[in-house]
Amino acid sequence: MAAASCGREQGASMAALARLQERLEGLREEYFLTNRAIDEDRKRKYKAAVKIQRWFRACRVQVCLRHLTKMVILIQKWWRGYLRRKHFREIVERAYFIKKLKFYNEMAVRIQKTWRGYYVRKYIHNFYALKKYLKAVSMNNEFVRHELQEYTEMKENGEKMKDLEKKDKEKKYQARKMHYLLSTKQIPGIYNSPLRKSPDPMELLLRKSKPLTHRKQPVKSPFADELYGWPTCKEPPAFVTSLPLLPADRRKPQGPFRDPAEVLRQRYKPLEPTLRARESMYSAPGKAREPTRREEWRNPIHDNEFLPFSSYHKNYEKYEPSLFKSDKYGQGAYGTKYFREVYPKKWIADKDFETLFPSIALFEKFGKTYSSTGQIV
Amino acid sequence: MSQRQVLQGRLGRGPGPGPGQRGWGWGWGWGSGAGARPLTRRSPADPALPPAVFEQYQRARSQFAQAVADFAARPQSIDTLRSAGVVCLLRPLLLDVVPSIRQTAALALGRLADYDVELAEAVVKAGILPQLICSLPEENRYYKKAAAFVLRAIAKHSPQLAQAIVQSGALGMLVICLEDFDPGVKEGASWAFGYIARHNPELSQAVVDAGAVPLLVLCIQEPEIALKRIAASTLSDISKHSPELAQTVVAAGAIAYLAQMIPNPDAKLKRQVLSALSQIAKHSVDLAELVVEAEIFPVVLTCLKDSDEYVKKNGATLIREIAKHTPELSQLIVNSGGVAAVIDCIGSCRGTVRLPGIMTLGYVAAHSENLSMAVIVSKGIPPLCVCLIEEHEDHIKAAAAWALGQIGRHTAEHARHVAVANVLPTLLDIFVDTCSSEDLKVKAKKALKNILQKCTYLPALEPLLHEAPPSIMKYIIGQYSKVLPHDSKARRLFVTTGGLKKVQEIQAEPGSLLQEYINTINNCYPEEIVRYYSPGYSEMLLERVENYQPVL
Repeated sequence: MAAASCGREQGASMAALARLQERLEGLREEYFLTNRAIDEDRKRKYKAAVKIQRWFRACRVQVCLRHLTKMVILIQKWWRGYLRRKHFREIVERAYFIKKLKFYNEMAVRIQKTWRGYYVRKYIHNFYALKKYLKAVSMNNEFVRHELQEYTEMKENGEKMKDLEKKDKEKKYQARKMHYLLSTKQIPGIYNSPLRKSPDPMELLLRKSKPLTHRKQPVKSPFADELYGWPTCKEPPAFVTSLPLLPADRRKPQGPFRDPAEVLRQRYKPLEPTLRARESMYSAPGKAREPTRREEWRNPIHDNEFLPFSSYHKNYEKYEPSLFKSDKYGQGAYGTKYFREVYPKKWIADKDFETLFPSIALFEKFGKTYSSTGQIV
Repeated sequence: MSQRQVLQGRLGRGPGPGPGQRGWGWGWGWGSGAGARPLTRRSPADPALPPAVFEQYQRARSQFAQAVADFAARPQSIDTLRSAGVVCLLRPLLLDVVPSIRQTAALALGRLADYDVELAEAVVKAGILPQLICSLPEENRYYKKAAAFVLRAIAKHSPQLAQAIVQSGALGMLVICLEDFDPGVKEGASWAFGYIARHNPELSQAVVDAGAVPLLVLCIQEPEIALKRIAASTLSDISKHSPELAQTVVAAGAIAYLAQMIPNPDAKLKRQVLSALSQIAKHSVDLAELVVEAEIFPVVLTCLKDSDEYVKKNGATLIREIAKHTPELSQLIVNSGGVAAVIDCIGSCRGTVRLPGIMTLGYVAAHSENLSMAVIVSKGIPPLCVCLIEEHEDHIKAAAAWALGQIGRHTAEHARHVAVANVLPTLLDIFVDTCSSEDLKVKAKKALKNILQKCTYLPALEPLLHEAPPSIMKYIIGQYSKVLPHDSKARRLFVTTGGLKKVQEIQAEPGSLLQEYINTINNCYPEEIVRYYSPGYSEMLLERVENYQPVL
């Protein structure tokens, strides 16, 4: 049986084998194709599975991420809002501050503008003060011009007066020189023609004038030759050592005069001081004479100073008016007619003060009655 | 014996001891024979006797010196004297025994040196100076006067001669002369100092170093007028060179005395005093203030009315030197009425005497506008105008133009006052005139420019518009362009007086300032009027007539 079965089986197998071999040719292809289709199918399914998985995983992750993002956005939104609001407050404050400052500045400029305009117009470029000043200047100028005009006029008058005086003096001198042209009783002078009604003014002047005396010869001083002026010469001012020579042609003066040589000699006699004067007052004999000198001074016989000449006292008592009250035209009345400035307007009453009560008789006698011993009571 | 005989006997040794006197030597007159004879009987013509010879010689010397001095006083004989070599002949006479010969010789030398430079140089070269001054302290006053005369005659010619004098040591001797009592000697010495110090600052410094200034100040206080004059003139010459020298003079206390002498009636003294004060005041503000503090105002104003021309001139110079430093000093002068006095002074003088007064007004007006207005109010402009027109000298006209420019340059008001006085055409004439000097033209132009830039008074500008050269025209047009846009009446007047026509005729480079002004003016008027007045308008109209096709 084994064999038979084997045989059958072999037979069957052989038939199968032939059938297989028939199909073999197409089996390979079929096999390849089937495998390929399966492979592709597998690949396709694999890819689809991957896709699905991928997609699902992606969705899951995206959900997660979305959630996160939303949370982050929320946080950032709130935070940024807070920050900006804070800044906004600061910006608003600053803007407000600047606006206020600008306003204040403008107001300050307005105030300063008004003040400065006022100040400059009133104090620095004060128009009215300038006007007043210019007016004052012109008034002062008028005054100065007036004064200067007066001054020139005064000077001119002074010069005219001087000229007139000079001419007058000339005329008078001429009249004095020509005094001989005066008319006498017998002969009328040339200025006194009988045909005239009244004499010429020159005639009147001649009548008034004194004739000139003869001109004196200029006496040459005996010291003119000497060239040592005393301020600058080296030796002390010596007394004249030699007698001056008189000019030879000198006329002898008329009268009982002494011999001039003798007079000169006496006048220019050199000083011969007494022994007493020559001695110094500090020397021993000089000091010894000191007490006698003092006694002499103490007990003089004659108190009045010896006046050398009789007319000396006239000079002594001559009255010299004070400069204060003397002017060119004579003495003023002050010092002679009145002695003090008087203001009659200030007087209370017309009369002088009178004593109302009589004086006490006893007091009147004080110092005027004498006791028996001769002393004054 | 009568007195006379006794007298003669004393002189002439009367009939006393006779022959015994013979042995007494050959001296004075008793000699051979019969007793003594009085001196007067000696025969002068006996040459054998020595005293006669000496007398003759002395007389000859004295006559020679006198004759030379007399000849030297006459200019025509000096040449003959010079050719005869008189300087060398006079030199030994300066050391003569007899004082009068010394004096006369010195006087003759002084007159010679006074005549001209060459003789003075000859005197110096002959070595006269050391001999002149060697014995000066012991001499009498006549010799000192003559010596001072010689020194001053030499010093006046040139600085080199003055330097020679200084180097010979004469300054010390002159100071000794200044200390003398005699006023004539002091006068001569101060005159010599004055002539030395006049030339340059170094010589002045030498004079100051010799210690002359305090003595000069003492001289001023002396009563003699001539001495005062000379001392004042010397102080003026010393202080004119530099501030330090002026300070030295001030430190010696000169200002008070000089100021006291201003009211003195003598005219020449016043000249010198005012000149001295102005030389002191000119250097600096401090010195000017010191001079003002001596209370010279208002006394100085009386000097401006003096009859002497030079006193007026020096007075005006003094005021000018004070006014030019600061506005405060000018203010002081205005307040004391000085400006009025100066204006009157200008009006009454002629010629160079006016010049310091004009400059004073210019300086016062230049400081500030208030002072300028004060000058205007004091009627300062008419005399200045008169000066511009009348004077012949260019420098006075230039000064007047400058002063007017200073007055008018401050504001429109000032310019109006100046313009109303009809000054602008005169200034323009001076500027355009060919025979004016350069300096005058420059000053006139500057004055015109300053006044025109502020002048808004159109009637005064109008005559200038027609005559002005281009350099002035731009200022005038500029002023018109400032005023016309705002004033309609002025615009009308401008058209009717032909000003617009003139403006159109001006050629100006495009883009220049003048063109801008012209444009501004043209913009004030309607188009037609501008075109009407533009040059060549009538030709244009005629062309249009020609080209016109009449419509039938």
